[in-house]
Amino acid sequence: MADVLLQGNEAVAQGAWEAGCAVGVGYPGTPSTETLEAFAKLPDVYAEWAPNEKVALEVAAGVSLGGKRSLVTMKHVGLNVAADPLFSLANTGVTGGLVLLVADDPGIFSSQNEQDSRNYAAAARIPMLEPSDSAEARTMAMTAFDISDRFDIPVMIRSSVRISHTRTPVACGSRVEVGRKPYVKDAGKWVMMPANAQRRRVDADTREDALVAFAEKTDLNRIEMRDPSMGIICSGADYQHVREALPRASVLKLGVSWPLPPEKVRAFSGMVDALYVVEEAYPYFDLRVRAMGVDVSLPPTRPLPRNGELTPGIIAASFGIEAPAHRTSTQSIPARPPALCAGCPHRLVFAELRRVHALVTGDIGCYTLGAVPPLSALDSTVDMGASISMAHGVELAGGGDGHPVVAVIGDSTFAHSGITSLLGTVYNQGEGTVIILDNRTTAMTGQQGNPVNGITLQHRPSRELDLVRLVRALGVEDVSTIDPQNLKAVREGLKAAVADPRLSVIICRSPCRLLDRHREPALAVDQEVCTACGVCVSIGCPALGKSSDTGKAHINALQCIGCHQCAQECAFGAIIEPSTATEEGVSR
Amino acid sequence: MSGLDATSPALGSTHSTTTVLLCGVGGQGTILAGDLLAITARKSGLSVKVSEVHGMAQRGGAVTTIVRFGTEVASPITDHGCVDCLVAFEAIEALRNLPYLASDGVLFVNDATIEPLSVLVGTTEMPTGIHAELAANGARMLDASAIAARLGNPKSVNVVLVGALSVALPFPTSDWEDAIANRVPPKTVEANLAAFKAGRMTVQETTASLG
Repeated sequence: MADVLLQGNEAVAQGAWEAGCAVGVGYPGTPSTETLEAFAKLPDVYAEWAPNEKVALEVAAGVSLGGKRSLVTMKHVGLNVAADPLFSLANTGVTGGLVLLVADDPGIFSSQNEQDSRNYAAAARIPMLEPSDSAEARTMAMTAFDISDRFDIPVMIRSSVRISHTRTPVACGSRVEVGRKPYVKDAGKWVMMPANAQRRRVDADTREDALVAFAEKTDLNRIEMRDPSMGIICSGADYQHVREALPRASVLKLGVSWPLPPEKVRAFSGMVDALYVVEEAYPYFDLRVRAMGVDVSLPPTRPLPRNGELTPGIIAASFGIEAPAHRTSTQSIPARPPALCAGCPHRLVFAELRRVHALVTGDIGCYTLGAVPPLSALDSTVDMGASISMAHGVELAGGGDGHPVVAVIGDSTFAHSGITSLLGTVYNQGEGTVIILDNRTTAMTGQQGNPVNGITLQHRPSRELDLVRLVRALGVEDVSTIDPQNLKAVREGLKAAVADPRLSVIICRSPCRLLDRHREPALAVDQEVCTACGVCVSIGCPALGKSSDTGKAHINALQCIGCHQCAQECAFGAIIEPSTATEEGVSR
Repeated sequence: MSGLDATSPALGSTHSTTTVLLCGVGGQGTILAGDLLAITARKSGLSVKVSEVHGMAQRGGAVTTIVRFGTEVASPITDHGCVDCLVAFEAIEALRNLPYLASDGVLFVNDATIEPLSVLVGTTEMPTGIHAELAANGARMLDASAIAARLGNPKSVNVVLVGALSVALPFPTSDWEDAIANRVPPKTVEANLAAFKAGRMTVQETTASLG
C-alpha cells in the first residue's frame, strides 16, 4: 500500500528531489504552480521563481553547464516564452541533467488557449514523458533525469490538469545524492555558433535514433493485452479514462510521447483487430501513427471531440456505450463565473475605465476578470505582456476611435514581459496610458512572490523593485502612483493621464485582499436613503446586491470586508458603517 | 431505521468504484472536505483519487471536487449519471450538478443559497423552484450554515456536510474523527469534531423521522 496522497505536481517535485535534483526554477501558472512550491519545501534544495519562463529555463541551462541537476516548471503557454532556449538546448544537450515540467490545460480551465505541448517535444526533438497518475509522475521524474544524463538532452514531463491536480497514492523514497559534475570547458558543445551548431545538429540525429531504440524497449511504453478485438493507443490522463470506459480493451500506453516507437506501434497494431487512438484536444499520436503507415480506425459510433477535455463518458459514447440515465434541472440556473473578490483593489480601476469608455487592452492575471459583467471593461486579453504592446498597436492603427486607449497589466506580468513592451512604446514615441495594477503579489496562481514585491520562494532576503524608478529609467516622463481603493484618486489620475499627450504610466498600488486579510466592519445600506440608482451594484462586488422588489442595494455582512469602494460610489451617502449615524462615516 | 447505511445504493453493487462529488462556491472548503473523505477511505485500505480544479474558478466561481475510491480506481473524473453521493455546499450548485447524480445516488444539500454576481446586479434571477426540485430528487437537506453558526464556527460548514456524508458511507466514525484530528489546524480540531458530529446527527435524526 502506498504511503501518501500527492498531487501529480507534488509527485514530480518528490521524484526530482529523490533523483538528486539540486535546483528548481520556474514561473507560476495553473496547473503547474504547486510543483515548484512543493520542491522548494524539500530539504537540501535551492528553488526560485524566475521573472518569466525563458529566464527560468536559461537559469536551469546554467545549472546544467555548472554540472548540477535542475528542474524547470511552467504551464503550457509558458513554454512558448521558453521556446527560444528550449530549441537550442536540444542542440547543446546538457552537462547536469535538466528536466522540464510543462502542465497543459485541455478544456481551458484557467488559460488563454488549449495548445498541446507534445508538439513542442516533436518540434524541438526533446524527449517527453507523460505520467498517468502521481505514482508515475514521481518515477517518471526520476527516469527523466536518467534519460537526460544518458542521452545528453533536456527531458520534458508533460502533465495536464487531471494529473497535476489529482491526488493519488504515492510511495515516496529517499534522496540519492548526485555529485556535481566537474567543470570542463567544452565550447563545441555549449557555444552554439554555426560551426558548432552544425556539428551538434548531426549529433542530434544520432541521438534521435538512440532515443527511438530506447522508446522501443522501455516499459514506459507498455502493451496491455486484453480483448484483441479492440486496441487503443493513449497516454496520460486519457489512459485512465480509457481504462474506466473500456476496461476490456487492449491498450498501448505510451509513457514516452516523443520519440514514438514505430516497431512497438506496428506490433500492437498486428495484435488487435482494430486500432484506435484516444487523445484529447489535438491529434498528436493520430497523425504520427498514420504517418507510420498504420491504419487507425475511427470510433464506431462517433468521432472523439476535436477540442476540450475527454471524460470516460465521452470515450464510452464514441464506442457505442450508452450513458446512464440522468436527471436535469428544469430550473433556469444562473451561471457562476469567478469574480473579483470583495475589496479587490482592481475593482474601482475597471469601474472608472468603463465610465470613460476606454479601449482597454488587458493582460493575464486576476484582473482578466475585469472583462466579466457588470464591469465588462476589457477589450483584449491575449498573452503575458500584450496589454502594453497591443495598446501601442491600437495607437498605430489610428487610436481608439474617440475612446482613450489604456493598457492594464499586473505587477508580476509587468515583470514577466511588460517591461520590454513598455520599452518598445517609449522607444517608438508611443502614446496612451498604461496602468500597472501592483497588488503586491502574483495573485491568480496563489499569491507567489515576484520581483516587484521582493518576496522569494524560499524566503531568502531580496529587494523590492522600485517600479517608479524603473519606469522613469525606461524613459516615461509622466509616472504617478495612486491608491486604487480611493475612487477620487483613480478618477483624477486617469483623467490627467488620458489628457496628457505623452505616454503616461499609473501605478495602482494596494495589496490583494487574499494577501492582506485585514477586515473592517461590514457596511450597511440605509434603506431610507438608498434611491435604487444601481450605481454601487454596477461595480460588481460579490458582497453587494440589488433587491429584486425595490431595486435598492443590500450588503452581505459575511462577505463584506468594509473596504468602502461602494460607499465612495454612492452619491447619496446611503452606504454606512452600521454603528455610525446616517450622515457620517461614509467619507474616506 | 436508517435508509442510508453500508447497504445503501451509494456503494453500488454494480460498480466497484464509489464516486463522491462535492460542489459549491469557491472558498466554501470543498477541497478540505474531499481530503477528509480521501484520508478516511484510505484508512479502510482503499485506493483513492481526488480531483479538483484550481486557478480562476477559485475566485467565487462554481467549484467541484471529485473523490473516487475502491479497490482500484482508474479515471479521476466522472460523468453524468455516475455519481453515488453528491454533496452540495450550496443549493444552486446542487441543481447545476444534478445531472451527475446516478439514478440510485444520494444527494445531500446545504439549505443555503449564495447569489451569483449576475443575480446580485439584477441581470438574472434566482431560480424559483429550488426547494421543490431538490425535494423531487430526494435531496436530504440540512441547514449546515446554521448548524455551523450555532456551533460558533461559521467556517465549518464543510465539516458539517462531511458529517452528513459519513452517514451514507461505510467507514467507522472513529476513522472520520481521526482524519479530522490529523488534517485540520490543531486549534480547530475540537470545533471541527463538533461540526462533524452535528452534521452526522442531523442526518441520522431526519432519516429516523422519515423512516
